[in-house]
Amino acid sequence: MRPAVAALARPERTGLDRLDDLEGPAIFVANHHSHIDTPLLVTSIPTPWRRELVVGAAADYFFATRVTSAVSALAIGAIPIERSKVGRRSADLAAELIGDGWSFMVFPEGGRSPDGWGQPFRGGAAYLAIRQQVPVVPVHLAGTGRILRKGRTTPTPSRTTVTFGSPLRPRQGESSRRFGGRLEQAVAELSDEASTDWWQARRRAHAGRTPSLYGPDASSWRRQWSLGDRRPGARRARRRWPAV
Amino acid sequence: MPKDSHRHPRPGFVLEVDRSTPPILFHHGEGFRLEKLPAGRSRVIYPGEPLDGLANPDAAIRDALENPLGDSEPLSALLRPDMKLTIAFDDISLPLPPMRRPDIRQRVIEAVLDAAAAAGLDDVHLIAALALHRRMTEDELRHAVGDRVYDAFAPSGNLYNLDAEDPDQMVVVGETDQGEVVQINRRAAESDLVVYVNLNLVAMDGGWKSTATGLSGYPALRHHHNPATMLRSRSFMDRPRSELHHSNWRQGRVLRDAGIRIFQIETTVNNNTFGYDGPLAMLQKREWEWTGRDRALFMAMQAGLGRMSKRARRQVFAQWRAPYELTSVQAGEVEAVHEQTTENVMRQQLVPVEGQTDVLTMGLPYICPYNVNSIMNPVLVACLGLGYFFNLYRGRPLVREGGVLIMSHPTPWDFHPVHHPSYIDFFEQVLAETTDPVEMSQKYEQQFAEDEWYRHLYRTSYAYHGVHPFYMWYWCAHALDHLGAVIVVGGDARAVRRMGFRPATTFQDALEMASDVVGSRPSVTHFHNPPLLMAEVRCASRRGPCAVALARSPAPSAARPSGSGPRRSCAGPSSRCARPASPQPSSRRRRPVARAPTSTPTGPGGRRAGWRARRSSRR
Repeated sequence: MRPAVAALARPERTGLDRLDDLEGPAIFVANHHSHIDTPLLVTSIPTPWRRELVVGAAADYFFATRVTSAVSALAIGAIPIERSKVGRRSADLAAELIGDGWSFMVFPEGGRSPDGWGQPFRGGAAYLAIRQQVPVVPVHLAGTGRILRKGRTTPTPSRTTVTFGSPLRPRQGESSRRFGGRLEQAVAELSDEASTDWWQARRRAHAGRTPSLYGPDASSWRRQWSLGDRRPGARRARRRWPAV
Repeated sequence: MPKDSHRHPRPGFVLEVDRSTPPILFHHGEGFRLEKLPAGRSRVIYPGEPLDGLANPDAAIRDALENPLGDSEPLSALLRPDMKLTIAFDDISLPLPPMRRPDIRQRVIEAVLDAAAAAGLDDVHLIAALALHRRMTEDELRHAVGDRVYDAFAPSGNLYNLDAEDPDQMVVVGETDQGEVVQINRRAAESDLVVYVNLNLVAMDGGWKSTATGLSGYPALRHHHNPATMLRSRSFMDRPRSELHHSNWRQGRVLRDAGIRIFQIETTVNNNTFGYDGPLAMLQKREWEWTGRDRALFMAMQAGLGRMSKRARRQVFAQWRAPYELTSVQAGEVEAVHEQTTENVMRQQLVPVEGQTDVLTMGLPYICPYNVNSIMNPVLVACLGLGYFFNLYRGRPLVREGGVLIMSHPTPWDFHPVHHPSYIDFFEQVLAETTDPVEMSQKYEQQFAEDEWYRHLYRTSYAYHGVHPFYMWYWCAHALDHLGAVIVVGGDARAVRRMGFRPATTFQDALEMASDVVGSRPSVTHFHNPPLLMAEVRCASRRGPCAVALARSPAPSAARPSGSGPRRSCAGPSSRCARPASPQPSSRRRRPVARAPTSTPTGPGGRRAGWRARRSSRR
């Protein structure tokens, strides 16, 4: 899987040093733009956690048939997560695996972005973290929307950035809704860090001015326009002459 | 040793060598030697095992910033949106070897910057406090402060190396009551707050030395980096008895009185230099505890290193990153912080030792503070052995006055042309004429310090300052004054002789040569370092450092002629203060009667065969 990801995504991985003090199983949550997100994140998570990692995958999509179920489970170690109906089975299975020492990777948005902007995080990851008292590592993936965005079947190679954030732990008595909000905010700050730099991102975070993952509340063309370089078809203009 | 079994680290101790003691490990540059010490009259000082690191370093750092020591307010209360903040940090010389990512400086600087971001600060500069060391490369800066901080500040020019030779960048703040010039970086002087991020590997680091030395240049440094100061520092690892620190403290107080507000952050690390279970783990184990795997690895390593070129060996060792763990972090007012930091350093490194020895042996490793990613040239070999390791004591030197120091190092006649250009001329020109620190300081120091070519290389390339090799030699002044002879085992004979030392091919030859100076059957002490240790040398018959010696020499007079260093022998009978040359014989074997070492010159070298004697003989 690694060579394919390296060829398609050419990932730059940052923030791995933030996991230096992390011990034991953890939940990895990331924003979701593309089918390449899963292999990219699986190959980016460092070895202590990657060796025992299960991936939460949409039950209605990846486990719709026996063939897709087998492929999903064998290729990426996926377990089914219900996203369209309410039930305890998915949560119990994931919680049991975490309790057995497995780490868990999930995209809390519940599906790939339809337009390049993020979607609200669902509460499953936060709920599991509180239930099992494990830390959650926020991760931001940038550039994957250009590779295999929703609606495309042919991948286009492009550069990507994987930014790991500091692990977050649920506070005493914190609700999964509130903790989920913190996770979403952490991913938004990582997104800001990836597009500017760490210092600017920290300053905006403290001032409460971190750009939202959702984009502007405007018409679809303005939302597309606001994506700038992150637009699915956009390519950065190559500088032909050195900056003077 | 697996980390899990490392819950109760054992303190350092002194091993009496007998016939069952296995060969002892000597570091030998980019290699190692196993040497058999004479049974019955030798001892080995082992460092303590690594203390447990803090469970949550980032939380400990944040806690220290908000609960400062001394009369300082919490960092968050000192920060305002419209202020100028300067963060200075220790350079490549700390820690040794460089530590694994994330470096402690990165953790601390990120915590400080996070507090600054919360306060809405705009004007922030980060300065690598080099003094007269070489500039750090981009990779080295990235390693120290982390990619996030580097990418945020370096492109805009707000993260940079100190240039102590830039007249626009430096400012003289005043003078101490003893006429010492106090100079500091202008940006730091004009800042509303200077945060100094320190990494205290040994007791010498930190305190006012951070700012008064790290952020200053030659006009200020020459007041304490000189032979007279070094001779009056017994030792410079023991701040209350270090003239080097007294001078820095005077300069620091001038900085404080000039209104420069400093928030000091000091950190300490444990002794986990080579890891619990990596390929070098056996280097921090006691030899009789080596497992079969350790022995096999060691033999394989020796065989492999023996087949490599010098350059390849250097590259292999230069890649080692120590898995140090943070053991404490203190923040706040400089002096209050440093007191606590020093206690924490001592907690890891201090080993009580009874009495002095006739012959001190040590294996010198591949690295010292001034050859990170570089070559350990002969001057640095001398500095590491006679400057750093010799001074790792509290109370009295490990070796008696007139005793012999045996160092093991290849001592190659080899210099890094980019990092150490002035060392080449120093070795070829100055040491060829004199090894007397006083004489060379009077005759050559200024010439090297003000040489335009060296200045140019220091400012624009990656060269140590022109005067730096002199400072390295001055750091040996106390040892040169104290010792009867210095013998280097396995070194390049020409290079060793150039420095006034004696070359020996084998350790046994060196012991024979030492007996010419200190008499037959001398007591031998091996300083098993690194991992680092500091010896607290006590009188053989008392508990605690030698009280007489401490009382007699609190601060030797500056008027004392240099080279005739203060005599610090205990007033009591020598048998009380010095370790017997030979321990009491065991009941099974006949041994010569224990001999108390005296301070009388013996042998052809004589007790005071210091640099003066060698210089005159060469002439």
